Amino acid sequence: MRDVAVVAAGMTRFGELWESSLRDLFVDAATEALDHARADHLDAVFVGNMSGGLFTGQEHVGALLADQLGMAGVAAARVESACASGGVALRAAFAEVASGLSDLVLAAGVEKMTDGADVTAVLATAADQETEVYHGLTFPALYAMIARSHMHAHGTTEEDLAWVSVKNHRHGARNPKAQFRQEVTVDQVAASALVAEPLRLLHCSPVSDGAAAVLLCPLEEARRYTDRPVRIAASGLATSPMALAHRADPAWLDAVERAAAKAYRMAGIGPKQIQVAEVHDCFAIAEICCIEALGFVERGRGGKAARDGFTALGGCIPVNTSGGLKAKGHPVGATGIAQAIEIFEQLRDEAGERQVAGADLGLAQNMGGSGASAVVHIFERV
Amino acid sequence: MPSPRYWREIPSRYRLEAGRCRGCGKVVYPARRICPACRGRAFDRTALSRTATVVTSTVVHVPPGDLLMEAPYAVAVVETPEGARFAMQIVDCDLADVVPGLQVNLEFRLIRREGREGILCYGYKGVPAPQGAEGRG
Repeated sequence: MRDVAVVAAGMTRFGELWESSLRDLFVDAATEALDHARADHLDAVFVGNMSGGLFTGQEHVGALLADQLGMAGVAAARVESACASGGVALRAAFAEVASGLSDLVLAAGVEKMTDGADVTAVLATAADQETEVYHGLTFPALYAMIARSHMHAHGTTEEDLAWVSVKNHRHGARNPKAQFRQEVTVDQVAASALVAEPLRLLHCSPVSDGAAAVLLCPLEEARRYTDRPVRIAASGLATSPMALAHRADPAWLDAVERAAAKAYRMAGIGPKQIQVAEVHDCFAIAEICCIEALGFVERGRGGKAARDGFTALGGCIPVNTSGGLKAKGHPVGATGIAQAIEIFEQLRDEAGERQVAGADLGLAQNMGGSGASAVVHIFERV
Repeated sequence: MPSPRYWREIPSRYRLEAGRCRGCGKVVYPARRICPACRGRAFDRTALSRTATVVTSTVVHVPPGDLLMEAPYAVAVVETPEGARFAMQIVDCDLADVVPGLQVNLEFRLIRREGREGILCYGYKGVPAPQGAEGRG
């Protein structure tokens, strides 16, 4: 396998972007990445997109978006793994370059969620239709059951959940691309409307439009495109039973644990060496479970990490410096790529007010469904 | 849900039919081709008990569009005496009572109306067992 580098990134603002279509969003992000690298060609494009079909009535977005980019003719395909679509598109692009199949590959993600679809119902298609959705379960309901299970087993409290949102909004306020740039308080979170008990509106990531793109090439060719390439040190992908009911412990994200184990082995490092991480906080409880499964804290101890400042900017391991899905926004197919971009910027000292000083190793973890898909990438400053 | 699909799922939805793996004995619900525990392919058909215990639960306040009139409603992951775990609504009770360990009887109920034709879709919901009657099948 060849060493692979990220050499450029592009990303739209995340939010309710009513003036932009699915194709506009993709082209804006992709063009920014290509312009940064002064690249005039591509060998392949992988687009993470959860549900162009249900959100906008448009499938077959690989060919469509390559065409919109003025690149009709290149190899292009859409990658779908629910909310992990972006992270899995990155992995597909990484494998494409590492294997030698292609030299210059765009890994992108895009979702257009505000064109009028029943968003709750569309997102629910990432759960088990026959045994979960049929009975009225929603995504917040699945994560709410994970939360109650975690609270029951480990004593995690609603205030612990609130602190994840408070921390991520504090981070997001420093991110010009974030959907929400205002801070929230524990009291505001506790007073927000119930979505699925114990989860309230301010424990949940929002409905967002947005796109993100990164450009990959062999590390040995990276200096053609940038003077500060970032190496992809590892990629781990794993799955778990689709239905929450079929996992041994509803409060443990075993796919995340498995994907992380593969990534740590590939990179030859352990969780304690990671200096900055983006994790999949689609709901506050998800961040708590993810930092446990990634090995940043012991099993059952994730609840206090945000409150204690352990995962805040300035803490032992800053998590979701971008604001996370909670404050930055969660256009589902774009999220995995946006996470990679935050780590890319951190490792190039480009994160501005959010910069983690001297970070050399960063991690991005993206997941789909109630944790049935998980993908972990580790990035290294070179 | 298109009617052929609903029709196909009737054995599991109406009769709680599960598969018992001939290799390892695991009860798999709904039935599958391959046992998730041992990858065995041979199963005996078995019907689940009409009782279960709540493993974890929530109360849904923001439902999908087709259940708009139902909210708030309780849903839970439950486990039957055979060890089968699945999700269902818990009804006919104070929503605050739906907590881990709650014993429920599984009752045949209307679950939803689907499509423009309003096809009536049935299945099971959990109803808390009367005090002192826990575990009665």
